[in-house]
Amino acid sequence: MLRSQGLTPLATDLDPSRVAPRCAGTVTRALRPFLHGRRGILACLCMASVVLLAPDAAVGGTETHPEADRSLRAPATWQLPSVPQVMRVLSLRDYNTRVVVVGTMLLGAGAGIIGTFLLLRKRALMADALSHAALPGIALAFIVLEAAGLSGKSRFGLLSGALVFGAAGVGAVLMIRRWTRVKEDAALAIVLSVFFGLGVALLGVIQRMATGNAAGLEAFIYGKTASMLFSDAVWIGAVAGVVMVVCGMFFKEFTLLCFDQDFAGTQGRSGLLLDTLMLGLAVLITVIGLQAVGLILIVALLVIPPAAARFWTHRLPVMAVIAAGFGALSGLLGASVSALAPRLPAGAIIILVAALLFGVSLLFAPARGFLSTAWQRFRLERKVGQQHVLRALFESGEPLVQQAQGKPGAAAAAGPVPFAALLAQRSWSPATLRRLLAAARRAGLTRRDGDDAYHLTDAGLAAARRAVRNHRLWELYLLTHAEVATSHVDHNADALEDVLDPTLVAQLEETLAAQHPHLAAATGPAGEGPAVAAAVPPSPHRLPGQGAQDVPAGRAGNVSGRR
Amino acid sequence: MTWYPLDTGIVLVGALSAVACALLGNFLVLKRISMMGDALSHAVLPGLAIAFLLTGSRGSLTMFIGAAVAGVLTAAISQWVSELGQVEESASLGVVFTALFALGLILIVRGADAVDLDPGCVLYGSLELVPLESWNVAGFPLPRAAAPLAVACVLNLGFLLLFYKELKVSTFDPALAKTLGIPARLLHYVLMTLIAVTTVAAFESVGSILVIAMLIVPPATAHLLTDRLPVMLLLSVVLAMAAAVLGHVAAITVPTWFGYADTSTAGMMAVVAGLLFGLAVLAAPRYGLARRVAQQFAVTLRIAREDALGLLYRIEETQAGVSAAAVPRLLREALGGSSLLNHWALRSLRRAGHITRADAEYRLTDAGRATARTLIRAHRLWESYLTKHLALRPDQVHAPAHRIEHFTTGAMREALAGDVEPATQDPHGRSIPDEPSAGEASAVQ
Repeated sequence: MLRSQGLTPLATDLDPSRVAPRCAGTVTRALRPFLHGRRGILACLCMASVVLLAPDAAVGGTETHPEADRSLRAPATWQLPSVPQVMRVLSLRDYNTRVVVVGTMLLGAGAGIIGTFLLLRKRALMADALSHAALPGIALAFIVLEAAGLSGKSRFGLLSGALVFGAAGVGAVLMIRRWTRVKEDAALAIVLSVFFGLGVALLGVIQRMATGNAAGLEAFIYGKTASMLFSDAVWIGAVAGVVMVVCGMFFKEFTLLCFDQDFAGTQGRSGLLLDTLMLGLAVLITVIGLQAVGLILIVALLVIPPAAARFWTHRLPVMAVIAAGFGALSGLLGASVSALAPRLPAGAIIILVAALLFGVSLLFAPARGFLSTAWQRFRLERKVGQQHVLRALFESGEPLVQQAQGKPGAAAAAGPVPFAALLAQRSWSPATLRRLLAAARRAGLTRRDGDDAYHLTDAGLAAARRAVRNHRLWELYLLTHAEVATSHVDHNADALEDVLDPTLVAQLEETLAAQHPHLAAATGPAGEGPAVAAAVPPSPHRLPGQGAQDVPAGRAGNVSGRR
Repeated sequence: MTWYPLDTGIVLVGALSAVACALLGNFLVLKRISMMGDALSHAVLPGLAIAFLLTGSRGSLTMFIGAAVAGVLTAAISQWVSELGQVEESASLGVVFTALFALGLILIVRGADAVDLDPGCVLYGSLELVPLESWNVAGFPLPRAAAPLAVACVLNLGFLLLFYKELKVSTFDPALAKTLGIPARLLHYVLMTLIAVTTVAAFESVGSILVIAMLIVPPATAHLLTDRLPVMLLLSVVLAMAAAVLGHVAAITVPTWFGYADTSTAGMMAVVAGLLFGLAVLAAPRYGLARRVAQQFAVTLRIAREDALGLLYRIEETQAGVSAAAVPRLLREALGGSSLLNHWALRSLRRAGHITRADAEYRLTDAGRATARTLIRAHRLWESYLTKHLALRPDQVHAPAHRIEHFTTGAMREALAGDVEPATQDPHGRSIPDEPSAGEASAVQ
């Protein structure tokens, strides 16, 4: 589990001042072939982070002695940290804090990128299964190393064991899904629990081993975020760098795999190979993270930042970058907070920061956030409701309003429409209608006239003519082109008229004018532009509250002929 | 291996927790939300911590209430996140349970240094220590930990029996459940509550990972073995018990083979459950890999036999004496296929009395000839048909006819013959043999 790490002695097994520059040089050489374009940027990023890990001399600070560090740590009872403490943490002046912050940031960034692809391939919980599956690998590696007379805690040996079993776990999930009727979710749960059970059994063996020096092995499994060593951070940096570079190199292929695996197959990309590569990267970063920060934290870093990034964009590259940013930000903020409150488990705080970012994204992100989508839905509903009111008012007094077209006061020509008549026009509740009428009045589209009766203002009339016109054009289109029955046309038109694009309306007009020349000659008065563009065509079906005789005979005949 | 009364107690507790979990797990597996078990068993932690912080007691009831609330909240929050944010369900589960787990961890560390909730203990359990606290019931030492687990078992079983029909409908056909007025959502949350409570009941003795193993592995194994829900429920219970017994036996014997002491029973129970699952994957009567492979092999062998018969018929037709030693080589050259397969095919033909081996030659018996004739007839009829209707060149028709001849029924041959009438020769100029007469056909049987 994520250990609560209080006072941690500064313990480096390597002298950082010598290792970091050497590492940076190796990384530069190894990355030279990739140092161009976007990939180059990614590579530089991870190199820069390795350089950041160099000791104070390189950055210009002063080395902090472990004892001095201890005095700055919060006392046993938690209290608000003082300003110098905060400054000290934020400026990364402490060697320990710097290692932890940079290590978790790198891990968050790497996990964010590969997690993006896992999320889009609906494999978010794969990380959970494979991180549990790595446990028996670690335990078995320990047993084998001890049996061979070596130190059971060789990092390389244990990591290899974890890597092998993590990969075996992924393979087992894929095979169970491929060859049996067991579904993905059960396959994940089975692999997770059975592998972990095996690990627990092997740990049981280790605990009872005569020679076993298993102390610390659990920390290796459950992480020790707050006491991360410099060498841990270097390992994380290397793996995160590999993940970023490989993802950069195969970005196009991975994208293809996420969205259209079959198409990727037809393009000659081996889906299996790419899939293996992608999952291999996930295994790599999970195992390295497992060792450094623990099981739950690495799962959270693989799942939460990409899920949060999804709210901000519809584009995959942007999402990957945002996910990496969120991962790094969680690491930065979480590690800083835990440096100020050292009694709290650092890993848990990082998760909570990530979850907070997720919550903020869920609510406030502009692209897919809840408030943004709710606001869009609200606006659409308001627009639709307003158009319904305008149409109801227009159609209630239609013949008179049409005749008075162009004359001053045309809107009032039909006289006020009583509330009850409006209510009968559609199946809406009185409360809804009152709300819509009030909104329309505020917008200056309708006027209340005397005793609970309403009529359109001039502006309202213009808007109503547009709405009715769109509605009827669409109805005509549905009747003549989409073979929709008359009885259904009003409903369909209702659903669609509000989302009609102006260009589509123009196209409809052209089509209909070409097919129905009588429309061009219809009611349009002079001086309002081309008649067909301004005219409100008659409704092709019976309006509520009107007799059948109101339907123009020609249209009605045409319609019944089509049916 | 020596069996002490201690071991009986361990197995009893293990079996009780396994059964309590497996009963509910069936519905997780069928609803395809297996990872909910993992999520719940992590996410109850803040519930436990808050319950402890509020009441200051570690009594079972407080813990159960805390767990139940946390369980329902986990299910509800992940549902909300998934609906409000249009997040994929497994991802929202991952977000919610890791966050809740972290919260629980902080609560435990922050406020309750005294609380005796060791995360390691929660994870691994300590089944071995269970019999140390026992009650004496009728001269038999009954582990104290068995009591809450027995209650959980009874509770889960009662829930299942009472709402069997409703659970069944809402699991398999949520839409139908809705039209029938079954409160599927309520039922779902009750299920989640029970899982959370069972998880906590089992934590102390067997650990959270074993809870996941027992929730999912026996039901998934049972699902491979049957298509009927009652049978699946029963099988999952039996498998869970078997895992408990065999797991404990394995825990005290297997490590000794390698010269180590015994090991964790909880871990070995999960491993044994996994092995049983693997066995079912291989050998399940309907869905097992073995059956599928066997079916495939049966078809392959049948085709190889028929090809051998066809070859011998053609040899007989051209009256070329071919020695028996040459037949396998000819088969390989003409038809491909491995030598081993062709060897098996010839042997099984001889055993079935379709061919004999005499004078160093393979010869068709009457029965074999009749079978071969129907095959060659189908082949040549198809060749004629393909030439006539698909306008294929004669050199193009052999391969398709060769594939389809093995799946041509008598009725199809009749229809083909009617279609290519009056042709008596295939496009290569070889005569199309007649359908075997009734007498010959009966010889085949």
